[in-house]
Amino acid sequence: MQYLPNILFVIALVLGIGFFAKNVKRLSRNIKLGRDVDVSDNKPQRWKNMAKIALGQTKMVVRPIAGFLHIIVYVGFVIINIEVLEIILDGILGTHRVFAPLGALYDFLIASFEVLAFLVIVAVVIFWLRRNVIKLQRFLKPEMKGWPKKDGNLILYIELVLMFLFLTMNAADYQLQQLNVAHYTKAGMFPVSQFIAPLFEGLSTSTLILIERTAWWLHILGILAFLNYLYYSKHLHILLAFPNTYYGSLRPQGQFDNLESVTNEVKLMMDPDADPFAAPVEDDAGEPEKFGASDVSDLNWVQLLNAYTCTECGRCTSECPANQTGKKLSPRKIMMDTRDRLEEVGKNIDANKGKFTDDGKQLLNDYITPEELWACTSCNACVEACPVSIDPLSIIMDMRRYLVMEQSAAPTDLNNMMGNIENNGAPWPFNQMDRLNWVEEN
Amino acid sequence: MSNEIKVPTMAELSAAGQQPEVLFWVGCAGSFDDRAKKITKAFVKLLNKANVNFAVLGTEESCTGDPAKRAGNEFLFQMQAVTNIEVMNAYEIKKVVTACPHCFNTIKNEYPGLGGNYEVVHHTQFLKQLLEEGKISVEGGKFKGKRITFHDPCYLGRANNVYEAPRDLIRKLDAELVEMKSCKSRGLCCGAGGAQMFKEPEKGNKDVNIERTEQALETQPEIIAAGCPFCNTMMTDGVKNKEKEASIAVMDIAELIATAEDL
Repeated sequence: MQYLPNILFVIALVLGIGFFAKNVKRLSRNIKLGRDVDVSDNKPQRWKNMAKIALGQTKMVVRPIAGFLHIIVYVGFVIINIEVLEIILDGILGTHRVFAPLGALYDFLIASFEVLAFLVIVAVVIFWLRRNVIKLQRFLKPEMKGWPKKDGNLILYIELVLMFLFLTMNAADYQLQQLNVAHYTKAGMFPVSQFIAPLFEGLSTSTLILIERTAWWLHILGILAFLNYLYYSKHLHILLAFPNTYYGSLRPQGQFDNLESVTNEVKLMMDPDADPFAAPVEDDAGEPEKFGASDVSDLNWVQLLNAYTCTECGRCTSECPANQTGKKLSPRKIMMDTRDRLEEVGKNIDANKGKFTDDGKQLLNDYITPEELWACTSCNACVEACPVSIDPLSIIMDMRRYLVMEQSAAPTDLNNMMGNIENNGAPWPFNQMDRLNWVEEN
Repeated sequence: MSNEIKVPTMAELSAAGQQPEVLFWVGCAGSFDDRAKKITKAFVKLLNKANVNFAVLGTEESCTGDPAKRAGNEFLFQMQAVTNIEVMNAYEIKKVVTACPHCFNTIKNEYPGLGGNYEVVHHTQFLKQLLEEGKISVEGGKFKGKRITFHDPCYLGRANNVYEAPRDLIRKLDAELVEMKSCKSRGLCCGAGGAQMFKEPEKGNKDVNIERTEQALETQPEIIAAGCPFCNTMMTDGVKNKEKEASIAVMDIAELIATAEDL
């Protein structure tokens, strides 16, 4: 009986982490549904980007209020993991405050966790007010209805509860320490929970232990539950922001990739000696190369990683000139749609014993409409605005490529423009021979 | 203003056994659009004044393929690119200057992957260098104290991190540079990029160029400076839409410098 709590704890831990690991496997499988892309270049720069952008939060502070509050929650989250480690060790070993022998350092650590926990509560409350009372524009866009709205609030509630449980636990512990109750080592400094502690004054030792244990258990179970909530939530960014900034593009933003499959075709076309009929028939006559993207499997895995990393903050959308002027395009929606479709494809694969079975749907039209795609000015505002190096523009461009090269479905005006370039070497119907006329004109 | 300008072509120089220091890539707008042609001429006058050894491709120049690529037609883009690269490589071109950020971006960033490697500079960067070398000057104070706001072209600014060259030039005019609420890396698009120039905008509340013009007007400028022929068109249209064309001029940086120089 004595070891029952330890056993229960280990079971909870194994279940919690096991289920999470299963989801991570699914996540990785889904991301790998994307086409391969070589991102093995310039590793020093990639590490630097990750350190600066994800670890250093440099792009968060472009918007100072949200940026500052986010840094509090972020630092709180990172630092409090030391506390979580202690809780896990205590849970397994049946000890109490196993790090206590650290002495003054321990006091300092506990004190800083408490201060951070308090600041996180303040930040979370302000975040909640911004979403629900002040009603910031970017949280009210059409794509934010339903689950995304609920998800955003749920995260705030969970964080609030976890922080309160942590402080309650410490407050009860503080009282027990004062009463010299066995097992409750005198350790730690409680600059915040000392103000909660008076509420527990005069309670019996057993009641105090009950409060302390309940808060302790709910706190760690809450953390395990939250860990497993991540996969289903925009909160996944707390993990994926790191690989995502590492794999983010290192090219100048204006540089779009030159499709290699097209280069080969163009070389054939431009080579006067090429004999199209002499091309050897490939043995593995697989499907012919598809130009551009109409579904998630046509995108590359970094674009799919982007979709899972998106935390729906909407900074991209609020900077988007098309969105600002009332057009249907929202870069955030492009990312959310991509993730939703990828999840759908993943579930399809799970339901069909590891093989995707055609569901008559695709990312194009069923999720993202051509109207959204054609509204983009390729200005890169969304790419610049993203605090975690997501590139919605690359998805928009790949889908335009599909519309134009596979479906010939460009707007008429653009077809005219392209016809002009093809015939006259200019987007307007002027003769190439007139290109130098401006010299003589007044 | 003198209208005589010297514009040698690569073909002429090549026939004479000469190689210019830099190729001036005029671009489609600069060649055909009536408003943009004035920018081209202003820039050429400055090149002449500074005795820059340059040439243009003239009838051998073709669209870089930028609008085709941004519209999704990678085939057409690469056909254009490969053709242009063949011409430029045949002339052994090393350095390219252009007044169009779209041509600038494409030749600088997308041509290398297809075999075209050149040093590419935007005309504002080139002019800044000429000024620093003392080859041109901006005396006379024509723009002294005038309120000028600069609209960052997406394909120059965000796309390639060129923010300061055009601003330095405006400051050199002794003008008062006023920034819009969205500027530099957070600049708002003029609405023409990504091949939007060649189609009607999708449905919305207003056009992007109107929104951008409103931001420009908030700074109460006498001149809206641009560094892109497409931005120039969009901002000019915006100013006309607000019926401010009598009091606010939209001018390219090259035109500002050329006017200051009385060219």
